[in-house]
Amino acid sequence: MSDNNILEVKDLQVHFPVTEGLLKRRVGSIAAVNGVSFHIKRGETFSLVGESGCGKSTTALSVLKMQSVTGGQIIFDGKDITQHSPGQMRRIRQKMQMVYQDPFGSLNPRMKIGSIIGEPLRIHGLAGDKEQYHARIASLMKTVGLLKDMAERYPHEFSGGQRQRICIARALALDPKLIICDEPVSALDVSIQAQVVNLLMDLQERLGLTYLFIAHDLSVVRHISNRVAVMYLGKIVEEADRDTLFRTPKHPYTKALLAAVPEADPELEAQRAEQLIIGEIPSLRSPPSGCTFHTRCSQALPTCKQYEPSPRTDGSSTIACHLYT
Amino acid sequence: MSEVTLQAWRSNSLLAFHRKMLRDKPLGGIGGLIFALFLFCGIFADLIAPYGMNETDMRRVLQAPSLAHWMGTDHIGRDVFSRILHGAQLSVIIGFLAAGLATILSIVLGVLTGYFGGKADMLIQRFVDAWMTFPDLVLLIVVVSIVGPGKGQIIIILGCLYGIAGSRIIRGSTIAVRENMYTHAAQSMGATTLHILWFHVLPNVMPVVIVLFTTRVGAVILAEAGLSFLGLGIPPPVPSWGSMLSGGGRTYMYVGPWLALAPGLALTVVVYSINVYGDALRDMLDPRMRGR
Repeated sequence: MSDNNILEVKDLQVHFPVTEGLLKRRVGSIAAVNGVSFHIKRGETFSLVGESGCGKSTTALSVLKMQSVTGGQIIFDGKDITQHSPGQMRRIRQKMQMVYQDPFGSLNPRMKIGSIIGEPLRIHGLAGDKEQYHARIASLMKTVGLLKDMAERYPHEFSGGQRQRICIARALALDPKLIICDEPVSALDVSIQAQVVNLLMDLQERLGLTYLFIAHDLSVVRHISNRVAVMYLGKIVEEADRDTLFRTPKHPYTKALLAAVPEADPELEAQRAEQLIIGEIPSLRSPPSGCTFHTRCSQALPTCKQYEPSPRTDGSSTIACHLYT
Repeated sequence: MSEVTLQAWRSNSLLAFHRKMLRDKPLGGIGGLIFALFLFCGIFADLIAPYGMNETDMRRVLQAPSLAHWMGTDHIGRDVFSRILHGAQLSVIIGFLAAGLATILSIVLGVLTGYFGGKADMLIQRFVDAWMTFPDLVLLIVVVSIVGPGKGQIIIILGCLYGIAGSRIIRGSTIAVRENMYTHAAQSMGATTLHILWFHVLPNVMPVVIVLFTTRVGAVILAEAGLSFLGLGIPPPVPSWGSMLSGGGRTYMYVGPWLALAPGLALTVVVYSINVYGDALRDMLDPRMRGR
């Protein structure tokens, strides 16, 4: 692998057991993530998009090893961390931090902002003396646009956007190489979303951060990403750089997702192409045969039911679809 | 929140805290005052009691409350007020030690089973289920009749009894806290389990712990009174509110109602004040409730 990649995920599998009865008999398994491969280059923003339940958050948690991995390989910063013990992971986690979706739940209501932001430093014994510690917290707060005297306040005194800034400051405390953003703006008002996304982009430029960005809001993804991968039922169906994906989507699912983005202009909205996606997302317990998307695809071929398409590189995008073989 | 109260918080003084409680939560504040008075009486009973606890005066038997004897005298001429004060001492000791033991036991069992879950949780909590199906009083009577009555035994028995049952409450709130994103976030930052338990789980189950402790103090005082009432608690002549109720109180209730009223009222007021104080304490210590 090239040293250019901060993270490389190869054929990741995460299966959850399905148990039944008092004795927890194992009756089957759910493949939440089923053979996902991608890589993230240093300094870029790589986005995972898809409907809820498609495995994007599970993929993120597996990268942090917060979720036990069934199969595959995770290579972070040149090291294979797939088999790392919890103790070894503790050191690795200094270099990757996470920003969560819910800025209300991810801050301990009984800790002051200053001690929340300084917590990673204390955990890893990097707090130094009192003066250094406070100076570090103050500079982190300044970096994310919070005032220094807010350190003495409690989380409930802040709005959603400010709380997300606090979460970002906490994630930055250890100078991580990779920040995993799990739907960081989905819980915020649209006007605040832009502020937080711009803050993330600004920080990336200033500090040279790499993001693994997880979202379902395509306009946000389009704004922030360098490369985008679309997930459906635990698999990546299309991966391309941002402009290619948004201008010339290839996979029918990607097309459908893009077509589903609401149009602000009512006249344009009226002229929109017909619905490209049919029905509900199938159950993960019994995924459809062949291409898992064939049950909802308007362009499905007879082969789609029987054979699973393997990913193919076509120009600057990688697609797993029989229409492109 | 005004500047003044902010200052009060910063100074972090116990006095300022209670002054604020008295203003914002008058009922809880008054409960706290009564509770403090009770503590004071319990600790300094020997100094403030006007008569000795077993000082008899056969010339003054069953006298109604008067200036000399604020709560009257009992059937062998002992001053009831002095005996109530000494009874408070016993209640303070038993109440705090047994409730303290119970709370610590509940925290240890509840936090560990709630946070880790799994097989140990399953085993321990089935044991707790079985434990809770025994009626308290029967268990108490059996154990006391085996080991004999006494202060130490009562503290340990009551502590274990309430501690094991209370672990279920702590376990429940531990599970709720464990599922919060901030414990998850701490884990993803690389925090050790001990760090998470100490800085995230424990502070957030504290409101439950406070209420549990204060209600336990009341419950333990009542249980001790009940045991003493049955003659299984503190052996006479040491005054316990329970044995005062059962001994002179019950026998001479019609001749000298003050004999039953005094310990009964003392019990009621103290238990009630501890409970309202506990509730106020919980609200005041919650950062989200401050300034309301």
